[in-house]
Amino acid sequence: MSDNILTLKGVKTNIAQYHILQGVDLDVPRGAVTMLLGRNGVGKTTTLRTIIGHWRAHEGQILLDGEDITKVPTPAIARMGVGFVPEDMGIFSDLSVEENMTLAAVSGPINDSRLQWLFSVFPALETFWKKDAGTLSGGQKQMLTIARAMIEDRKLYLIDEPTKGLAPAIISTMAKALRELKSQGASILLVEQNFAVAKALGDTANVMDDGRMVWSGEMNTLATDGDLQERLMGLTMDGHH
Amino acid sequence: MSAAPDHNPTMAQTTLVQRLEPHAPVLLVLGLMILGLIAIPSTSSWLTLTVSGLAMGMMIFIMASGLTLVFGLMDVINFGHGAFVSVGAFVGVSLLLGLEHMTGAPSLALNLTAMLVAILGAMVATGLMGWAFEKVIVKPVYGHHLKQILVTMGGLIVVEQLIIVLWGPEEIYITRPEALKGAVTFAGAAIEKYRLVAVGIGAVVFLGMRWVLRSTKIGLIVRAGVENGEMVEALGYRLRLVFVGVFLAGSALAGLGGVLWGLYQEVITAHMGNQSMILIFIVVIIGGLGSVEGCFIGALMVGLLQNYVAFLEPKVALISNIGLMVAILMWRPQGMIPVVKAK
Amino acid sequence: MLNKLLSGDMPRSKILAVLLLGILICLAFAPFLFPGVRSVDTAARICVFIILVASYDLMLGYGGIVSFAHTMFFGLGAYGVALASTHMGRGFDALLVGSVSGALIAALLALVIGLFSLRVRAIFFAMITLAIASAVAVLVSQMSGLTGGEDGLSYKIPRELGPAFKFYDGTVLGVKMNGKLLKYYLVFFSCLALFLFMLRVVHSPFGRVLLAIRENDFRAEAIGYRVVHYRVAATCLSAAMAALAGSLYAIWLRYVGPDTSLSMEIMIDILLMVVIGGMGTMYGAVIGATLFVLAQNYLQGLMNVAADAVSGLPLLPDLLNADRWLLWLGVLFILSVYFFPTGIVGRLRKGR
Repeated sequence: MSDNILTLKGVKTNIAQYHILQGVDLDVPRGAVTMLLGRNGVGKTTTLRTIIGHWRAHEGQILLDGEDITKVPTPAIARMGVGFVPEDMGIFSDLSVEENMTLAAVSGPINDSRLQWLFSVFPALETFWKKDAGTLSGGQKQMLTIARAMIEDRKLYLIDEPTKGLAPAIISTMAKALRELKSQGASILLVEQNFAVAKALGDTANVMDDGRMVWSGEMNTLATDGDLQERLMGLTMDGHH
Repeated sequence: MSAAPDHNPTMAQTTLVQRLEPHAPVLLVLGLMILGLIAIPSTSSWLTLTVSGLAMGMMIFIMASGLTLVFGLMDVINFGHGAFVSVGAFVGVSLLLGLEHMTGAPSLALNLTAMLVAILGAMVATGLMGWAFEKVIVKPVYGHHLKQILVTMGGLIVVEQLIIVLWGPEEIYITRPEALKGAVTFAGAAIEKYRLVAVGIGAVVFLGMRWVLRSTKIGLIVRAGVENGEMVEALGYRLRLVFVGVFLAGSALAGLGGVLWGLYQEVITAHMGNQSMILIFIVVIIGGLGSVEGCFIGALMVGLLQNYVAFLEPKVALISNIGLMVAILMWRPQGMIPVVKAK
Repeated sequence: MLNKLLSGDMPRSKILAVLLLGILICLAFAPFLFPGVRSVDTAARICVFIILVASYDLMLGYGGIVSFAHTMFFGLGAYGVALASTHMGRGFDALLVGSVSGALIAALLALVIGLFSLRVRAIFFAMITLAIASAVAVLVSQMSGLTGGEDGLSYKIPRELGPAFKFYDGTVLGVKMNGKLLKYYLVFFSCLALFLFMLRVVHSPFGRVLLAIRENDFRAEAIGYRVVHYRVAATCLSAAMAALAGSLYAIWLRYVGPDTSLSMEIMIDILLMVVIGGMGTMYGAVIGATLFVLAQNYLQGLMNVAADAVSGLPLLPDLLNADRWLLWLGVLFILSVYFFPTGIVGRLRKGR
């Protein structure tokens, strides 16, 4: 078995008449944090949505643990152990925090020790356990959506911009949680616009532009090479320093 | 004329209004009852009318609940929902006519058993029919409202015509089971026994549905799916299966409603489903498309209003529901309990 | 000239052009080609239904809005003429007043319903119109003092439109030159004018915006079109056209009743005609209405023959009974929506 948990080979995805992904190649190593970077609108979110199966690849191949999941339905991909945290968080605001978490525990009742661990990472969850998720603040919602993905052991986490629109104090909680997850040996594919967070968490980095992967390598290499950053991601990234 | 109600913007008042706001729909039902009590001169008539109104509302709710859930979950609007009402009524009434020795006997136990058989038979028939309807008629037109409306309307026509082929074009008269005929007197008001049964069954269905939606995992999936089906799938649940299940259950409930409605009217026709669609639509629009609670409250309001107005001014009864719908939509354009949709 | 008359919408298919021309000639010379009360009656019915169906298509095919109140608007026009003729006495002024007020009321009602439902969701419109149309149908039956209830109203129309009025003694090609003939041509030319008007509307900038909205209402809104305004306007226009068709039908029949103008059956007929003819093409209304009315008049007899032929078998005679005509239409309707969504016209144009 390869040491990549996920591999994309020449994936092309069209939405309506638009060719959003134009042949994406990507390797996600096992037990590491893989960053997916790039300017807005280059296809990062589409890549994640194509992996989980919300959108279908028209060409190319997606391998999860060596198994072809290109045409597998979304629920089945999820049950193979893929946790998805979408950009819009996808929390169920009519359901309580507890119900959100219960629903996320697909294979049965919530494991209590795991829940206690999550409470220690995200204390707010315990406080608002019985509240409707819709009444939470933006940061709390984001914590809920990550905790929801973590309630059971997943092979792979797909996380789309978890720090988007959050206050700096909450960003650090979020970064701490992701580090905690990483320390458990999880494999994570992370889309992140905040370069500081990316630098702190990422092992490898992949930069997209215009529906293609334009650079792949060690996060460190990218983090220390200002010219490279400038060339790959332009000024958008700098704004986040 | 009395002075205008006090509108001093004191702190206490704002909080009271704020606290009452979420319960406004429930309060509306109570308010309607109180209005009825004021408008109707005799308390006993009011009680009689209120019970009939509740009975009617419960039956409409049973018929409409499936429609609103199916819409909420998959954004599918089924104009053929009334077909299940008709088929349920015909299957149930046929069974009751076949069980005449049980319905004719003056024993409540035997009567209720016969009714139970009829109801189960009708629900199985309409449930299966719903499953087939979903597969053949609805599935090919997911995500396409225009086609859904046209195709499901076509389905309704076909089913109505098939009922005529199978049962003949004449209406069928049915008398209620022996022990459910007549009325009981309570506080000077004559209350038909059958209406009490209808209220009871309606309450059981509503509470059962609430329990399933609030306390079971399937219920969680359905509620979550109404808000964001894509995310439910990303968690690992096959929403399509859940949807087929809801469609089937909703059709079976419509069938149950058909049996109850048929016994209430004591006559059934192939077009009764189509006619019931009018009230069903009014109720789900009032309640907020996709909301079970809203549907329940809307149904009770329509039932009560129709009965009160029919007593006070028979000719206006029919338009009163349209008027109610217009008034509610002016107040809340999405219905009383709007359903939150992601996206 | 022809291009201008058709607002630039040429049939774009040889078969379609031949069909349309054939229908036009048959309708234009119907009293001469097919003398006989029943066939002229059928021709007039086809004319009226072409307008009714085209006006419905304005809403459905161009606006993407499903309405179940189209017969209500149709009925408003019909009852407008009937009531005006009853209360004002026979005369062309009564016909005019009845038609115009029917159309205005229909447009006003459409405006109110549209403003209420279309600003929320387009499907609300379908549900609300179904409820309101049914309520109105019941109301018309109940208010028998005004509307004649289930029996409907019979009334006199101007003498010049009756068979007793002869404007030329003798016959032309065996046809009597009487008021009945004039009445047919009143209906025919009014319908032709209304049809050409609607053709003009759908090819105007207004019609093009409607099409853009039907294709993608979000995008149309984003470009800056007030989607709701356009949809409501289309609904009002469509309602007024339907009412005018109803007025013409009332003039032709000299009778209105719930069955001829308000019933759900007519609503279903309209849906079938639109879908079978082809949504979003005015010519679809012509083909759909013609085929349907002809089939309605002549195919039912055929079904009875078939039912008699299988009379010994179980169930089949019941299925083939002419009264079960709607059953087969329903099946045909579902199949057309699935496999034939562009209808006959769409198919002919594609096959060019």
